Amino acid sequence: MDLSDAVLDRLRHVAALPDLSATRYEIEREIGRGGIGVVYAVLDRDLDRRVALKVLEVPLAGEARLIARLEHPAIVPIHEAGVLPDGRAFYTMKLVSGARLDRYADEQRSLADRLRVVRRVGEALAFAHSRGVIHRDLKPQNVMVGEFGEVYVMDWGVEAVGGTPGYRAPETVLDHRSDIYALGALLRFVVPSSAPPALRAVVARATSADPAARYPDVTGMLDDIERFQEGLAVEAWSEPLWHRTKRFASRNALLLWLVAAYAFVKFLLFFLRTL
Amino acid sequence: MNKITIGLLMGLVLGAIDGASAWFYPEVRSMIAGIMVGSSIKGLIVGLLTGWFAQKVRSTPWGIVVGAALGLLFAFLVASMGDEAGGHHYLEIMLPGFVVGAIIGFVTQKTGKAGRAERAAL
Repeated sequence: MDLSDAVLDRLRHVAALPDLSATRYEIEREIGRGGIGVVYAVLDRDLDRRVALKVLEVPLAGEARLIARLEHPAIVPIHEAGVLPDGRAFYTMKLVSGARLDRYADEQRSLADRLRVVRRVGEALAFAHSRGVIHRDLKPQNVMVGEFGEVYVMDWGVEAVGGTPGYRAPETVLDHRSDIYALGALLRFVVPSSAPPALRAVVARATSADPAARYPDVTGMLDDIERFQEGLAVEAWSEPLWHRTKRFASRNALLLWLVAAYAFVKFLLFFLRTL
Repeated sequence: MNKITIGLLMGLVLGAIDGASAWFYPEVRSMIAGIMVGSSIKGLIVGLLTGWFAQKVRSTPWGIVVGAALGLLFAFLVASMGDEAGGHHYLEIMLPGFVVGAIIGFVTQKTGKAGRAERAAL
């Protein structure tokens, strides 16, 4: 019997699927493929719910347990980890519906919206750092924005990951400052190239080649972003006097109008009196 | 510094400056000390009430409206007292008082710490 191309493709596809017969999961479809593994949407038969299952091409390091204990609204929770019959490691996690940050940023979004996402990612990083976990591979493809604006950071701390060019810090030994570099690169990715100089300075400091020149922690960087959003001076940039004056005038425009109104009233009354 | 303190300070300083502007009017220059004291007291009362309002309500537009209204009201009371010759300077006192009240209303909304009840609610 001749096998058509379609049948052959189907056989190849099925043969490539992981064997989940020993688990309670049933594959529905592939939803993503990365450097170290493939993610599937699967049905958890016991709990009758859909979850995401990631099959890794690399061994799952001991820190998986640590990551599983990271309970934060912006960190995708891991439900279960295990090993497939073929020896590959897998873990299941919450199935997040929404858009990956690279696609989300392609759409027409306000700067405030984009910065909100970066701040949520930063909060998740700060939390993980406080628990001794670093991400190692933060990039837009690892951030999901849900349909209600919720933000999730995925793919935490797999030792074998060396980072992604453009987001990976230049140092050989990664630590929390490497995540700050990646967060700076993420900020550069989501804000337009015409972003104000204060925001570009935040990016420049976060992505400095020298780890010591970066923000000492994620919170410091988030504080600077917040200061920028509130119209205050950022630590990363010693702004020129004219810019400081312009920022003050813009931030206090109403007050300046009221003072001008007072001066106008006083002059008007004075000159009316002399008529 | 809480909003009431900010309001008191702003009212005192702006009231004193507003009173000091009487120096440009030669006919009342001799009474400038009394005018400055009176204007400062008026500013203090407006500042106190506007600061208290800012502790209770966080709204810049309403802060400006309430500050301006209080400034106008107290300026009217001062103007209605009249000068030594029995003249009333409603326009000269009420118009600047109105704007000064608005400025105090704006500043008390934008600066100073929120009240205890509000902090607990945040």
